Amino acid sequence: MQEMAVQGPAEAVETDAIIRAEKIEKYYSQPSENRIQVIAPTDLSIVPGEIVALLGPSGSGKSTMLRMLTGLSRPSAGKVYWHEKPIDNTEINVSIVFQSFALFPWMTVLENVEAPLKARGITPDERHERSMKMLDTVGLDGFEAAYPKELSGGMRQRVGFARALVVEPEVLFMDEPFSALDVLTAENLRSELLELWGKKTMPTRSVFIVTHNIEEAVLLADRIIVLGRNPGHIRTDFRVQIPQPRDRKAEPFTQLVDYIYKVLTRPDVAPTEAPDHQHPSPRPRDQRQMRYQMLPHARPGGIAGLLELLLDKGGRDDIYRLADDLAFEIDDLLPTVDAAQLLAFLKVDEGDASITEAGSEYANSEILRQKELFRDAALEHVLLLRQIRRALESKSDHTVPEEFFLDMLDEQFSDDESRLQMETAINWGRYAELFDFDAARRRFVMPDALEEEIAPSGEAE
Amino acid sequence: MNLPVLARARVTVRTWPFVIDVGVAVCALAVFFAFVSTGEYWIGKPVPVVPISHSIGALPAYAFYSLVRIFIAYLMSLTFAVAYGYTAAYNPRIEAWMIAVLDILQSIPVLSFLPPVVLAMVALIPGHQIGVEMGVVLLIFTGQVWNLAFSFYSSLKAIPREMIEASRIYRYSAWQRFWQLEMPYATIGLVWNSIVSVAGGWFALMACEMFTMGTRNFQLPGLGSYLQTAANSGDVRALIAGFTLVILIVVATDQLVWRPLIAWSDKFKFEQVESSDRVTSPILTLLHRSRLFSELPGELWARVEEPIYRRLARAKENRVVHALDDGGSRNAASPALWTVAVVLLTVVGWGALQAMLMLRTVTWPEFRLLLEGAGATFLRVNASLLISALWTIPVGVTIGFNPKLARFIQPLAQILASVPATAFFPILLIGLVKIGGGLGIGSIALMLLGTQWYILFNVIAGAMSIPSDLREVASLYHFPRLQRWTQVILPGIFPYLITGMVTASGGAWNASVFAEYSRMPDRTLETVGLGAQISAATDAGRFPILLLATIFISLMVVTMNRLVWRRLYRLAETRYKLEG
Repeated sequence: MQEMAVQGPAEAVETDAIIRAEKIEKYYSQPSENRIQVIAPTDLSIVPGEIVALLGPSGSGKSTMLRMLTGLSRPSAGKVYWHEKPIDNTEINVSIVFQSFALFPWMTVLENVEAPLKARGITPDERHERSMKMLDTVGLDGFEAAYPKELSGGMRQRVGFARALVVEPEVLFMDEPFSALDVLTAENLRSELLELWGKKTMPTRSVFIVTHNIEEAVLLADRIIVLGRNPGHIRTDFRVQIPQPRDRKAEPFTQLVDYIYKVLTRPDVAPTEAPDHQHPSPRPRDQRQMRYQMLPHARPGGIAGLLELLLDKGGRDDIYRLADDLAFEIDDLLPTVDAAQLLAFLKVDEGDASITEAGSEYANSEILRQKELFRDAALEHVLLLRQIRRALESKSDHTVPEEFFLDMLDEQFSDDESRLQMETAINWGRYAELFDFDAARRRFVMPDALEEEIAPSGEAE
Repeated sequence: MNLPVLARARVTVRTWPFVIDVGVAVCALAVFFAFVSTGEYWIGKPVPVVPISHSIGALPAYAFYSLVRIFIAYLMSLTFAVAYGYTAAYNPRIEAWMIAVLDILQSIPVLSFLPPVVLAMVALIPGHQIGVEMGVVLLIFTGQVWNLAFSFYSSLKAIPREMIEASRIYRYSAWQRFWQLEMPYATIGLVWNSIVSVAGGWFALMACEMFTMGTRNFQLPGLGSYLQTAANSGDVRALIAGFTLVILIVVATDQLVWRPLIAWSDKFKFEQVESSDRVTSPILTLLHRSRLFSELPGELWARVEEPIYRRLARAKENRVVHALDDGGSRNAASPALWTVAVVLLTVVGWGALQAMLMLRTVTWPEFRLLLEGAGATFLRVNASLLISALWTIPVGVTIGFNPKLARFIQPLAQILASVPATAFFPILLIGLVKIGGGLGIGSIALMLLGTQWYILFNVIAGAMSIPSDLREVASLYHFPRLQRWTQVILPGIFPYLITGMVTASGGAWNASVFAEYSRMPDRTLETVGLGAQISAATDAGRFPILLLATIFISLMVVTMNRLVWRRLYRLAETRYKLEG
């Protein structure tokens, strides 16, 4: 820490890395000779002057990665270096801020903060002085004699920060530090962290944060690493060029969130380039200005049927003729056509419906694949579904009341129409397995399989 | 501490703590004298049969001797439990073995340990009273130690992972981890198990201070001997006096030791929010006020530990972060370890072989008698459990649903559970002899004495823990009585009931050895049962029978634990857990 060097933040060269992981992987051997690969061989460096965010669904080994980088867990193969020396027999200086705070409930706030200094053999007087100063920095003066259980969650995490920072770590690791807190408290702590970092009040040279919250990553990080699953691997690793302080509503911000969101929801597609924010894309997508589309009240099964019929007819036909063939009134058919059009499965020009590439893929696929295609299309093109899904992901309990979205729809539609819109959205979302809807409680809930994917990582990792 | 309130409070209560400080000093002097006189007695020539006076005036001295035995045995238990639990928890290589050994050892009734332990100690320390004394203390130790070891081990295993990671990443030494993480985390479990343990210690002490082994008689000065001789000679006055003293000691221990400890251990609760109902103890409050006790230990301790921390921080070992997933034991075992293992294996193998050879002397009729005894004792133990459950569940639930009553009765049940059933035995036996009843049924009554209170205590706790909204639902929808019991009350108390039954079952097996056999000066009362055979074998010095009977009991207890209790426990932990 004495070498609080003023290096150029982003341009640090690989060899300057504080921590460098070389082909680290993790697997568990089983008695039957085969092994379960948890993390594929991965290279990763932490260089001075940056906040790195590690994003990924659970099961991608975010926490395991953090523990290997801190020396708490030994890679099954590969090596981790601390300033180019093997991490397992070098004196390193890192701290971890834990999701559960991991404070010792039988010790006072002050004793908790002093404990790491005690472990380093620092004299009682100096211990006291440094701890009190740190408590002051995180806004806890006056609380030194309290026990953690007397404090609120936010206050407790402040103690966690004080304990982490009091040893003046070179790298500060954080493992989902804000996900056990309520939204406002988390927001508050995030901005204070940025303030400490920005003003260089802490001697820390690098911050490494593991999170499942996309917006949090975009808000804090200079560099974002997205992990994929089965086994854990780096899908994309890019720098965030948006200057601090960042505005959640600004276009580059939402665009980046959208981009990461797409990467995460399409595990099978190779990520495209991150959007370059110096040149805003032609299609702005500010959610607040964007109005909800009117969802046509069609059933997903109907859409599939229509597309299959269209495909039989060579991929292009007159809508009226279609209705005729089906013995449908045109008003009955139109919602389905509109829906297919909304999802970009077909194009309509001058009364002719022509199937798109996505549409024919959809029509030709088997049921599970159809659902996937539908999910991707729905997320891309239907604002309401995207919002519901994102709300579910950002809530710690992964449920949101229907009321919340009805209120927003009400600003644009009549009461009855809002309900119909909601009904259709629920129908589509359930079909695409974007969410489940608990009719008894009128709440959206994350479906089980997906909940595992995005839920805050438990101790399984 | 520059809080003005605290400073003022200290000045106004200044005179009161001073009195306590003086009192504490006087106590210290008395303790010193007690040490000296006990030491004199122990170093003296061995007197296997110390004549026991019937005078009430001799009682305090006897009580003192018994207390010293219990205390020493408890300290040994605690040390052993911590060492054993620690070793088991951090050495994956031998963990499963150590736990299995513990499981078997705790199933062996205390009295089965008596002959080998006493003979070994007398042989090891010949020529001094301390040899016999150590034998008895070790017996009490065997009655106390196992559940403490289990408790410490499972606490270590239950420490949340992030806490361990925090201690690693901040480079705690093993020393700091022990005092700041492991010991505090295990404290509550240790306190509650200590209460059960010390009760078990008293139970063993009552029977072990005076016994016959083959042709040799042993009789040590103490409360247990006093009660037995009083009963043997039919001195009811002395019996009542001795019995009263036992109860007084139990109550005093509860008030002066356990309640303050429970109240103090509250701060080690691993909880996110402060709970509203806390045990309070006036004694603890007094101790907190006493300057001698509230400040001196901390200051002294700081002097001891500061240099340790400074030295430890310099060690290379404590300057790096150790990975959690490679325990030291994963490394190739050193030759020394192998040698130890081989030697141990040889000794165990030889011992087992000798024991097997010894078992060959058991004749077929004796074996059949043992089998019959096993069946009888099994039925008796379960009958006593059933009877206990039958009366404690309705009574306990009624008490538990009435918070005022519960607050009064529950501590009482805790005290009653601590009164050693073996102290009742002599009195009950006199009664049994008077009405001419045999031990067949009488022994069940004797077992009940020791076991039912644990169930009562836990059922009350269980009934109190049923959330009131669940009970309100039951009355709102007019659940009939049967439905109320099957859908609300029984599932609600289930985990507690199982905890109580497991403890009680262990106690009942242990009690069977004392309850099924009693030697009076003029005659011997006994009934068919394994316990009776163990006692009789001890009396007669028939070691093969003793060994075989012990193996039977151990087998039955371990099997019951595996097949019944463990499953019920798992069910209680998963399905019937009421989350706050």
